[in-house]
Amino acid sequence: MAAQESTRAGSGPAASTTPMIEIVDLHKTFGETKVLTGINLKVPAGSTCVILGGSGSGKTVLMKHMIGLLKPDSGKVIIDGEDIVPMSVRGLQQVRNKFGMVFQAAALFDSMTVFENVAFPLREHTKDSEDVIHQKVRARLDLMGLKPAVEDKFPADLSGGMRKRVGLARATILGPKIVLYDEPTTGLDPITTDYVDDMILAAQKGLGVTSVVISHDIASAFNVADQIAFLSKGVIVENGPPDQVRESQHPAVKVFLQTWFGKN
Amino acid sequence: MTTQTPSSPNREPGFLHQSVASFGKGLIDVVSTLGGVATLGLDVFRWAVRPPFRLTNLFAQLDFVGVGSIFIVGLTGTFTGMVFALQTSTAFALFDAESLVGPTVALTLTRELAAVFSALMVTMRAGSAMCTELGTMRVTEQVDALETMAVNPVQYLLVPRVLAGLFMVPALTMLFNTTGMAGSYLVAVGALGISPGTFLSRTQQWLAPADIYEGLVKGAVFGLAVALICCFKGYNASGGAKGVGQATTEAMVASALSIFILDFILGLMWH
Repeated sequence: MAAQESTRAGSGPAASTTPMIEIVDLHKTFGETKVLTGINLKVPAGSTCVILGGSGSGKTVLMKHMIGLLKPDSGKVIIDGEDIVPMSVRGLQQVRNKFGMVFQAAALFDSMTVFENVAFPLREHTKDSEDVIHQKVRARLDLMGLKPAVEDKFPADLSGGMRKRVGLARATILGPKIVLYDEPTTGLDPITTDYVDDMILAAQKGLGVTSVVISHDIASAFNVADQIAFLSKGVIVENGPPDQVRESQHPAVKVFLQTWFGKN
Repeated sequence: MTTQTPSSPNREPGFLHQSVASFGKGLIDVVSTLGGVATLGLDVFRWAVRPPFRLTNLFAQLDFVGVGSIFIVGLTGTFTGMVFALQTSTAFALFDAESLVGPTVALTLTRELAAVFSALMVTMRAGSAMCTELGTMRVTEQVDALETMAVNPVQYLLVPRVLAGLFMVPALTMLFNTTGMAGSYLVAVGALGISPGTFLSRTQQWLAPADIYEGLVKGAVFGLAVALICCFKGYNASGGAKGVGQATTEAMVASALSIFILDFILGLMWH
């Protein structure tokens, strides 16, 4: 694990200092509950940022703001140089073409086969012939280590790890600039967790995408991150390379990390 | 356990208080649902006229709502016509007017029953499935997944379902009229001994095209209302499997009530 961290931290091959995602003073309240209370975050292009935090800390809400699924009460969400907060539904659809998102439970369309799920973005957004679509889907499933026999299966027939891989294949089939991962390793066994970590690294290295991972899996976070942002009570209390976050003196970060590093 | 005096500020609310609170909550729910359905309806029609037009999705829903309901609506129509002929003939026999069985059944079916029963059948068969499917997609983040793939879920999921309700319930109403009249003819002529000529000529004499149009217009309005309500409830479901079940129950109750209320309003307007 330690060896993996030292080779991994800050090693994004295509990482640059230009922010692909920039969040400025983001606030969001649901009813009486203040979920986000002034988030500031920059994610450089080509890097992998892991947003760590406990359950209910607002990680998923923050991610949904990044892709425009939620509108903030105030603040800016700048994606590739454009503030998406004031955008119309149509404008948001254009911006969302830059994204791929892997959901916690994969969110595959259960009325479609694996092939149809992965082909879906191609059929919706390109004029590719069925032959070309078939080739692209096959190639992407190969990249994810999925055999041709899987193509005709329905999501209900797949294991958790396979569903995540199909989800990533679908999220990256159009070559997005940004891939968002919502708790990608939750509920997976250690071997599958490692596989998913490799998959995230492969997507970054092989496809050069900017990745944002939200997680409370500390081991996985330190395995894949160039940058870790720690979210607590609606604000980011620590933000930097994994080594810096590991040495953080913030009480919430220390308590959280002790649950893993205290034991290892 | 503490004993509370009648003047205690913490005493349990009385029956009247609970009744008023319950009525008020119900009223707020109804107004909230009406507002939500109306807003969703506008959204659906806004997205229905924008490209891309996904005809495959539309035909799949037309098939599911319409073709898939043919058997159940046909069967319901046949038995409704048969029962109606049986009951009306008993009543008309009291003053020797059995020749009016045909027109009575025809007018009742075309103006009222065919549209109402077809819409109820579609609600039970297709509306419940629409609500459950959309609700499951919502709680398993499949709707969010569509949005993240830059596909508008209202356009992709709701437009074909609402259009299918709008177009297929009138078609099923016509089927109900046909099978209902066939059923009543079988009973009236075959079992009760009314002359076929009398049955058909009297029916032709009393039934006007406007009666059939009335039923078809009602069918379209009911189909639209049922599809919108079921889509609204499913699309806004939350809280896992329990939430989806609750949304489906609410959709069924609201759809059935809306059919009867709209039937009365349209009846008033038509006449």
